[in-house]
Amino acid sequence: MMKPERPVGIIGYGAYIPRFRIAAREIARIWDGAGGTPVDSKSVPGPDEDTITMSIEAARNALARARITPDRLSAVWVGSESPPYSVKPSGTLVAEALGATPWVSAADWEFACKAGSEALTAAMGMVGSGMAQYVLAIGADTAQGRPGDALEYTAAAGAAALLVGPAAEAVAVIEGTTSYVTDTPDFFRRADTTYPVHGHRFTGEPAYFNTLRSAAERLLHDLGAQPSDFTYAVFHQPNTRFPQTVARQLGFTPQQIAPGLLSPRIGNAYSAAALLGLCAILDVAKPGDRIFVATYGSGAGSDAYALRVTEALPERRERAPLTAAYLARETFVDYAVYAKWRGKLVME
Amino acid sequence: MRRVYIIGTGATAVGEHWDRSAASLAIEALNGALGTIPASRLGALYVASALSGSLHAQSQIGVLIATAAGIPGIEVVTVEAGGASGGVALRQAWMAVASGAVDLAAVVGVEKVTDVLDARREAALALATDADWEAIHGVTLTALWALLMRRYMHEYGYTADDFAPFPINAHANAVANPRAMYRFPINADKVRSAPMVSEPLGLLDCSTAADGAAAVIIASEGLARELCANPVRIAGSAVATDTLALHSRPDPLWFNAAAQTTTAALRSAHLAHSDVQVFDLTDPHGIAAALALESSGFAERGTAVALAREGAITPKGRLPLATGGGCKARGDTVGANGVYQIVELVAQLRGQAGAAQVNGARVALAQCMGGIGATVATHILTLD
Amino acid sequence: MDLAKHWRLRHARYRLEGQRNRLTGEVRFPPAPPRPGEAEDVWEPYVLSGRGRVYSFSVVRQPPEGFEDQPPYLVALVRLDEGPMVTAQLTDCDLDQAAIDMPVEMVTRRLRDLGPTGLIVYGYKFRPIVQR
Repeated sequence: MMKPERPVGIIGYGAYIPRFRIAAREIARIWDGAGGTPVDSKSVPGPDEDTITMSIEAARNALARARITPDRLSAVWVGSESPPYSVKPSGTLVAEALGATPWVSAADWEFACKAGSEALTAAMGMVGSGMAQYVLAIGADTAQGRPGDALEYTAAAGAAALLVGPAAEAVAVIEGTTSYVTDTPDFFRRADTTYPVHGHRFTGEPAYFNTLRSAAERLLHDLGAQPSDFTYAVFHQPNTRFPQTVARQLGFTPQQIAPGLLSPRIGNAYSAAALLGLCAILDVAKPGDRIFVATYGSGAGSDAYALRVTEALPERRERAPLTAAYLARETFVDYAVYAKWRGKLVME
Repeated sequence: MRRVYIIGTGATAVGEHWDRSAASLAIEALNGALGTIPASRLGALYVASALSGSLHAQSQIGVLIATAAGIPGIEVVTVEAGGASGGVALRQAWMAVASGAVDLAAVVGVEKVTDVLDARREAALALATDADWEAIHGVTLTALWALLMRRYMHEYGYTADDFAPFPINAHANAVANPRAMYRFPINADKVRSAPMVSEPLGLLDCSTAADGAAAVIIASEGLARELCANPVRIAGSAVATDTLALHSRPDPLWFNAAAQTTTAALRSAHLAHSDVQVFDLTDPHGIAAALALESSGFAERGTAVALAREGAITPKGRLPLATGGGCKARGDTVGANGVYQIVELVAQLRGQAGAAQVNGARVALAQCMGGIGATVATHILTLD
Repeated sequence: MDLAKHWRLRHARYRLEGQRNRLTGEVRFPPAPPRPGEAEDVWEPYVLSGRGRVYSFSVVRQPPEGFEDQPPYLVALVRLDEGPMVTAQLTDCDLDQAAIDMPVEMVTRRLRDLGPTGLIVYGYKFRPIVQR
């Protein structure tokens, strides 16, 4: 287990989910979906949205909850596999929009679906060392799946921002983290290609389940904790079934994961997926509650975290829209609109 | 200041002149205006064009036209003031002649919009808005007019249908104008059922950008008596501006530059509002004409649409508008509109306006606008 | 390629940063250079709240060049709570949902994509307020 010498925690958090959805049955209508669908619907970014715009809104929500001025941020880090530019950081633009520039570190992180939690772990280190007081770690993605591919049912959009600061100011103190990484080619996208390749059933047991379980079990062991010690748990959610299954394997109950299980409604928000689930849990958690988090990124790795909610949470959560508010404003689009907005029509 | 007269007018038909250049159109208009006067007698040439720089990548279009007219060497001023270009050019000519610096001047307005396709034309027209704070958001001039129309409807309780008398009047008058683009009548049902361009503006309450050129010859009193049997006096001339962006104004439904220039032009003509018998305004949409009439003091605020509904804007009414079809039915030649207005109003004052003639017209007002009232040029024409 | 003109407006575009007059407290947007006769530093940067109401709105169906992929889109004049009025698009708003006096909040979105060899221009738009 890793933990900084100076205790740290989340002092503000912010979610963002685009308002548009496409129903899985609508995708199945276009492509043969007789085998059932992995989620009910997924979020779709509007035509003027991308990883940068979604990061900005999630980050504004985190800053609003923390009530610190943006010039006090030491770093603005964006984890994503869908940056709008191949070369030109998202973090600089997000930092400008927040008003955190110019005396700030900014960078983009990349690790498939756990790029955001990489930034979170690094933020723990930076704040925990005393080098920084406040660091913003963002996971955001507008994921793309090849039309007709199984991935198309789930590749979704969303952003979550976690503002890391000293534990004394936190809404949730981070008790510790583990990170488990192997070179496992379950899912990848070569440079200059549009859509990723995935290893079908290879993405399951040898990749997602083994990796995530390893990080989680080690953290539980090192903390001397049982799943039942936690009020809530959230796992990376590439679909509905994987997080349910890994929860069962680890000994967590359906009730523990219910508030943070957003994938049935919004699909897989990639770098934001588990972190959005954490935001949704923070929206309902009470002081003293413990929260277990485990992310997953193909390639492959998992970061697990244990958090303990403080007395500061209830008042601070009201300062920005709840995850539920974003979930509630759902506007369904058909496949044609989805194809137009997501660049799937050949225009020239 | 000397008295200044219009002694000749000319204009091309307004429309889609696929096979003609801007210079070709300009020369036809200039020749018509000169009549038997040799071009070599001109002391200066004022050329108005809103879009030549952006659409044709041609600056100094005035020199291009002077060259084509066979009068290289002449003093040329090229004027760009969006849709007010024609009126601003006329004022430059008026000042030159009134001051005594020039005895004989030509004003040519020319626009050639069909050399590019729609999206580029919309973008060029939107250049009259504020590039950094309006155009970057994808607003068009039409959309800005539509915003004003919606707000006007909200403030005064009108519906979009209430604006139909403006395009209906414009089309009815254009039937008799051989140079007009749309020489057919329309009715309220057609206006109502037209597709939307920018809600609440429908297609039949929107002008069509088109090609055309118009020219007028401006002379001192002495030359006017020598060269022309029926000169028309420019008795008042004024130009004023407002903020470039609509959103910067305390009251977007009030065109301060229209108010100022109308007052100034009438004062220098020693005339009152009630003396004006016929109007030509920048009227690409009913809302534009309504706001111009109100800001200029010819209708109380919120009443111009009601006056139009009561028939006041027809040739038989109290505020006859668009007697040559206006921007809507004559066709919207943007930077040349201000010169077309003068051509039309001179015909009115000379009693040559045919079916759209306003009986006994002796005082006319021409007002053209760049952007949404950002530049306004107002001129009063009279018979001595 | 337009780089500098978008770059120098980034604070205003990305975060609705206008100016406040140090002497009178007046807030203005967009930011502008000091007028002739004004002290160089009389206007200080000031980030507006982003809250306002729709003064009027319309729909663009015949777009200018560079916006061909967007129509139909809503444009509006928004009266900001601090007083200034701005022109901007409404986003996350159905065409029949927009209304005069509708409360709106600022979001930072993509305004224009200048193509594969150009910038993505980001800036303020407004949307119906998401419930807290």
